[in-house]
Amino acid sequence: MPQYRDEGIVLRTQRLGEADRIVTVLTRNTGRVRAVAKGVRKTTSRFGARVEPFGHIDAHFHIGKSLDILSQVESFYSYGATLSQDYAKWTAGQAMLETAERLTPEEKEPATQQYLLLIAGLRALIKNEHDANLVLDSYLLRSLSLAGYSPTFFECARCGDEGPHRAFSVEAGGTTCQECRAASSVVPAPATIALMSALLTGDWNVADASELKYRREASGIIAAYLQWHIERGLRSLRMVER
Amino acid sequence: MYEGSLQDLIDALGKLPGVGPKSAQRLAFHFLQTDSATVQNLANLLLEVKQKVKSCKTCGAVSETDSCNICNDTRRDVSIICVIEEAKDISSIEKTREFKGRYHVLGGVISPIDGIGPDQLRIKELTSRVTNEEIKEVIVATNPNLEGEATAAFLVRILEPSGVLVTRLASGLPVGGELEYADEVTLGRALKGRRQVS
Ligand SMILES: [Zn+2]
Ligand SMILES: [Zn+2]
Repeated sequence: MPQYRDEGIVLRTQRLGEADRIVTVLTRNTGRVRAVAKGVRKTTSRFGARVEPFGHIDAHFHIGKSLDILSQVESFYSYGATLSQDYAKWTAGQAMLETAERLTPEEKEPATQQYLLLIAGLRALIKNEHDANLVLDSYLLRSLSLAGYSPTFFECARCGDEGPHRAFSVEAGGTTCQECRAASSVVPAPATIALMSALLTGDWNVADASELKYRREASGIIAAYLQWHIERGLRSLRMVER
Repeated sequence: MYEGSLQDLIDALGKLPGVGPKSAQRLAFHFLQTDSATVQNLANLLLEVKQKVKSCKTCGAVSETDSCNICNDTRRDVSIICVIEEAKDISSIEKTREFKGRYHVLGGVISPIDGIGPDQLRIKELTSRVTNEEIKEVIVATNPNLEGEATAAFLVRILEPSGVLVTRLASGLPVGGELEYADEVTLGRALKGRRQVS
């Protein structure tokens, strides 16, 4: 049977039959892969713990007819072991995993940048250097941006007219000038727009210094922006403890 | 693809847990070749189970009455509750003979990616039991995998203000597995050596 080897992050697992799981992995080189892990639900399984969500693994896959089969798994690190001890961080991490899955719509289409971003996001969550909600929102904006949905926070999203502009529209794809302003626009505080821009570019000095009310407003706008670009809503985002 | 009711049956069987399209077809043909009385009996049992078996109002375990045998048993210690994911986990723990208290079935685990949050589980029922009954200890026996751990972390936080002692099964259960597959000796040891988490 032909096989390949890749490293990846386990995004989700689903029960299959009596003791198996279907494992979805975002890999470094192969993109998003769905594979069967046999016998992992038994407490005697050799690699049960390694193929859990948030697991950073080095895996061998056998190419199967419909689904590939995980044959060998080594664990680099389990982000889940740390995250599951803190409910707020765990829910933030879940939203990252679901976003990574949804923004890599084609199976086995290489998405190395999405993979590297996910690892960076999970690492930032457990490192505690920034607020977990800021880390999540920054991850969401960057992941959207990699998927081709980068919002504008300065020029007009429709005509390119130089900003700053006050109106923000999810439909238009960012801030808009007065002429291009969409009916569904919101007018966030300028500090909120500055915060979102900082989160997208990774300007943590600005993000860390932001006030809670602007963070809340930014989270709401980013969530709406994400839902607009993902067909069915993101289930886990509603459960993130804000 | 078959015609009419045979295909409908194959489709319905294929939706059962652990039954793939091939097994569904095999089962459907099996019923086709079985005598009517046997099939009738099975159909009756399915309906009967659905009508008779409910869940215990207190703990959520399966029961044919409003209160299950374990909740009714006066010899059991009413001050300890063991929290489990699903009703079928009760038999795994009963087999160890290490637990003499009562149970609380959550009905699953928190799984945001599947849209299951605290509100979809019997967590409110648990907190009200802790408030209203004379509970000294809550043993959280969710599966030793990540979702089980995260659900346990949530329960600890929710139960902490009540001052009740919250414990978790001792490590020793292989991480990533499910209680259902643990052997009695290992599970019994994990129960005995449970550690305080609140
Ligand atoms: Zn414009
Ligand atoms: Zn009961």
